[in-house]
Amino acid sequence: METDWRPALAPAVLLRRDGVTGADLLVMPERVVVLNEQAGAVLRLCDGASTVTQIVDRLLADHPGAPVAEEVPVFIDRVRGEGWVR
Amino acid sequence: MTGLPRPWALLAELTHACPLRCPYCSNPVELVRRSAELTAADWARVFGEAAGLGVVHTHLSGGEPLLRPDLAEITASAVRTGLYTQLVTSGVGLTETRMAELLDAGLHSVQLSVQDADPVSSDRIGGRRSFPAKERAARLVVESGLPLGLNVVLHRHNLDSLDEIIALGLSWGVSRIELANTQYYGWAQLNRAALLPTREQLARAEPTLRRWRDRLAGSVEVIWVVPDYFEGIPKPCMGGWGSLSITVGPDGTALPCPAAYALPGLDPPSVRDRPLAWIWESSPAFNAYRGTAWLPEPCAGCPRREIDFGGCRCQAFAITGDAGRTDPACALSPDHHLIKELTEGGDPAAPAELVYRGPRRRRGAVGEVMVSAPPEQPIG
Ligand code: SF4
Ligand code: SF4
Repeated sequence: METDWRPALAPAVLLRRDGVTGADLLVMPERVVVLNEQAGAVLRLCDGASTVTQIVDRLLADHPGAPVAEEVPVFIDRVRGEGWVR
Repeated sequence: MTGLPRPWALLAELTHACPLRCPYCSNPVELVRRSAELTAADWARVFGEAAGLGVVHTHLSGGEPLLRPDLAEITASAVRTGLYTQLVTSGVGLTETRMAELLDAGLHSVQLSVQDADPVSSDRIGGRRSFPAKERAARLVVESGLPLGLNVVLHRHNLDSLDEIIALGLSWGVSRIELANTQYYGWAQLNRAALLPTREQLARAEPTLRRWRDRLAGSVEVIWVVPDYFEGIPKPCMGGWGSLSITVGPDGTALPCPAAYALPGLDPPSVRDRPLAWIWESSPAFNAYRGTAWLPEPCAGCPRREIDFGGCRCQAFAITGDAGRTDPACALSPDHHLIKELTEGGDPAAPAELVYRGPRRRRGAVGEVMVSAPPEQPIG
């Protein structure tokens, strides 16, 4: 993965909090993806301004000791494969 | 209520009026009059109630929603309640001014229909000249920055242009293409003989679809709504009856599925009389085929019952006359031969006349519909 990539949600995708369960949702024209807490935390940081390294650093600050450095880039890449971030 | 699913989507049929006359239109054969339509204030209340139940998406549909002069006001009220709001349009009437209004109102996305890749054929299927309006609509949406999806209903007269249809969508800048094989209720049921494709056509479409899907993976989503008449596998219609989605018609009639207008004895509730929460949770119509406890044999003992809920109720009714039977599209259904006769019988090349949708119709003898004006441009 390019280190200077600044992932952002695709234009068709909104991040919403669900009124019923409080879960984070990715909302697209014909689909809703219910995110778990970690996925929501990562995608909230995909603001188009932060690089993947910065996102990892920020998550590490909030969750010291979590396997963020290994897992987060893989997750973001997978989500890019779905077309949800670019 | 415990154990009850929450609705995710609201299909808001703002009007049944439409400048087009597609012979497969999913609107009911008995179209709702314009004078009976809900007001913008009614819709604002419905959106608020829907959001309160957990609805996330609303599709502003029709007919042609652009025929509502208050569409921007309706859109704004949906957006204000937090709903992800998509316009579903034929593109006719989407001018620069109206696009700007809708953008201001906070619209999130647009789904545009096209009848075929070739302008002449597209206009012939839609029953009027509309292709240039669609081209303009696509350009305006893409320029506005909103995501654009293309919807194409597939049948005998356009299935062979699948390649060109997908290419057209890409040239218009769409981010999503929905290729929906015709579902035979309402108008499409009237026109079934003229619309049913041949097995050979479907077989030719398959590699085309696969090729494009591979090529577009991760960039443009290509959705294929299966031709269930041919596959022997029923579809989990609407994700299950009363399980994901609410349809509200132009006059406030609330239904679990937009095709369910035709089901006799369903006695659908209206948002004019009842709160949406009661309609969703307690109305007899939304509970009629909910879940799996009501299922007849062979569904009751079938491992697929939690996947397809016995298939489509409207199709069971359309084919067998009983909405409570197993969907005859299922190869295990005792009525499956009725579907097989439709897909295997007859000469596929025989010309069959299309009946265009229109307001001036009344019912004739059982199962027969009389049209007072002959269709302008029969195809086939
Ligand atoms: S299917 Fe055709 S006639 Fe029916 S609402 Fe859509 S554009 Fe209008
Ligand atoms: S028998 Fe019923 S549950 Fe089983 S596959 Fe057919 S429709 Fe679905």
